[in-house]
Parts: sequence; C-alpha cells; structure tokens
Amino acid sequence: MNQGTSSTMDVRVDGDVSVVDIRGDVTAASEAALSEAYQAANTPSTRAIVLNFSGLEYMNSGGIGMLVTLLVRANRQRQRLLAFGLNQHYRQIFELTRLDEAIGIHDSEAAALAAAQAR
Amino acid sequence: MTTPPAQPDDGEQVELTPRDASYWAKHVTTLRVGEVPAEAINLNVTGKRVVGPLQGFGRLWQKTYRVELPGVVMTPAEVIAVWKRSFATFWPPSGHFYGPLTSIAPGDVAVLNLSVGGGVKLSTGVLVLYADEESFTFMTPEGHIFAAWITFSAAAAEPDGPTAVQVQVLLRANDPLYELGMPIIVQRREDRFWQQTLVNLARHLGVAEPQVSTVAVCVDRKRQWSHAGNIRHNAGVRTVIYTLGAPLRALRRTPGGGEDEPRAVE
Repeated sequence: MNQGTSSTMDVRVDGDVSVVDIRGDVTAASEAALSEAYQAANTPSTRAIVLNFSGLEYMNSGGIGMLVTLLVRANRQRQRLLAFGLNQHYRQIFELTRLDEAIGIHDSEAAALAAAQAR
Repeated sequence: MTTPPAQPDDGEQVELTPRDASYWAKHVTTLRVGEVPAEAINLNVTGKRVVGPLQGFGRLWQKTYRVELPGVVMTPAEVIAVWKRSFATFWPPSGHFYGPLTSIAPGDVAVLNLSVGGGVKLSTGVLVLYADEESFTFMTPEGHIFAAWITFSAAAAEPDGPTAVQVQVLLRANDPLYELGMPIIVQRREDRFWQQTLVNLARHLGVAEPQVSTVAVCVDRKRQWSHAGNIRHNAGVRTVIYTLGAPLRALRRTPGGGEDEPRAVE
C-alpha cells in the first residue's frame, strides 16, 4: 500500500528476447507499469525476458511480490526470466527471498542475453 | 534516490547505499531463535531455511484482508508503529507470537504456536523479512503450513480518506499434506485468523464495528511437484511427534531419570 512511488519501464524487443529497463522504485504501486511492460515484452516469439535493474533505486517487499507474479506469468508462456544490473544490496535481497533460484542473475546485459539465447 | 556514504580519500568508486537498505533483513542461510518464554514450544525454526512462494508446493494464492479505520486520526506510520509495538496482542487466542518484546525489526525471528484443532499445537516461526514505517513483511521457514510472504501495511484509503490497514499473504501450501487440507480447513482458519486480528487492531484504535473485507485470488493453479519433498520438514507432523513424546520425557525427568527438559528440540 505504498503510494506515490514512481518507476519507468521501457521495453526493447530483439527477436525472441525482450529486455525491460527498470528505473526508479519497484513497489506494489508499480504493478500497472510492470504489467504494461510485460504486455509489450510478450510477443508470440518471446522465449526470454531480461530485467535490467541497473536503474533500480528502491524496492520494498511489495515489489518483490510483483516479481513473483511476473515470474508466474512468464512461466505460463514457457518464457524464462533473467536479470542483470543488480547491485550487491539487491543481489542479497534476491538471495534472501530465494528469487535467485528462479530468476537467473547475471553480471551484465551481454551475459544475460547470452544465457537467454542458450538452448 | 540513494544516499552516498562518506567518500574515501583515495577517490575510489564506492557503491551508493540504497535508501531501502535498512528496511531489509540481512541475508541468512538458516534461522536462529533467541530467548523465548518458558511456555513456548520452540520447534521447527532453528536451523531451518526460509521459504517463499517459489519454494512451496500448492497453488499460489494472494489473499488480502483489509479494514478501514473511520474516525481514527492517525497517520499510516502511526498505525503501523502501534501494530509493531503490540503485534502479538492483536492475535486471536488460537495463536501465540513469541517475538522480541519491543517491536518488529528486520531480521527478527519469532516462534509461533498455533492451535490447529483437536488440542494439537503447531510450533513454527517467521523471519521479519522487511520493515519500514508503513509496512512490514514476514517470511516463513521450511515446515510451516505455507511458503509465504505476509505483508502488513497501512495507507490512506483515498486522498483525505480514513487510514486503512491490510494483511496481504502471497502463499503456497508448503507440501502435499498441507495442500490436501487447504480448501476446507487451512484456508478457513487462515481467513478467520487474519480477519479477527484486523478486528482486534481496529477496535484497539477506537473503531466500534470494524468491517473486514477479504479478497482471494488464485495467481497460479499449478502445483509444484518438484517441491513435494518439502513434506519431510512438515512442522505439524514434527510437533505431533514431539507432543506424543511428552509422557516419555516427563518420565525421564523424574528423580533418577537423569535428563533435563530441553528448551529447544530441533
């Protein structure tokens, strides 16, 4: 119920991989933005969605909850979810919440894209 | 929107501290319980890993319990401060929360004793995963009924409207045994538990007749069979075994029995 937060999510579609550039805050208030981004990223040929967290400024437990629902939506479409750009703090949160067991975390966009392309 | 730490003299690049840094628990591999009162059954927490909705077995549910606080002139932060300070006192009698006495802080571990019917008490716990001024979140350990994140929050219901408080649970039943009981027993008990908690909180804050709304959404109907093995941690089964062993332990404590009652049996 954290209100008044702001985030932008831009989508780059490149073949069967889509990259979502996340900037600002990720909280429960970002639900509409994340949902719109997923709709834009989800094309008939999409096999993987890569989340770019290098512009992430703030995330609370509501934001983590949204990532779980995003993961469910992606899995339903047989799409993989990957991430890069997480600093040490947010990496630890992914480990603590065990999101890292379902979302592949990579050091760079190139590494994430390479993993996304791997069969 | 990050706060820079002190700049080192050598101009070395340092990572900025995110402004949510102090709200999250530090990473832990397994849980460890501090002091608990003598009456608490302290089982199934120490040494367990935390689990979230991704590690559970059953269908994924999002359940939201919400109550407005008309006539209560308090900000969301003030309401959450009261809730944190006296968290255990708002629980229905069927549950006992044995946490730190002062408040709810990130990284705290609490022991829960829950009556599950038939005189059986289930011993489990929670980790305070996240806590800021307007919300806090628990994460459950292996063996708990749910693999879940439970978020307690407050916010203005609408601009200039009354403050509303809510409990939002994102959960999967932790194993096939719990999932079997979900439709009839577990879900109803869970609903009643959080509804009563919100009624107790609202009454404490001065609301005469609190009205709690409940919304349940099945986010994922798929069961995660790869996590069926979670049943080996089932806290209900372990607590029943512990309870059935009470007469034997009492016998050993009699003079000449030569054994002290353990405070925490894991």
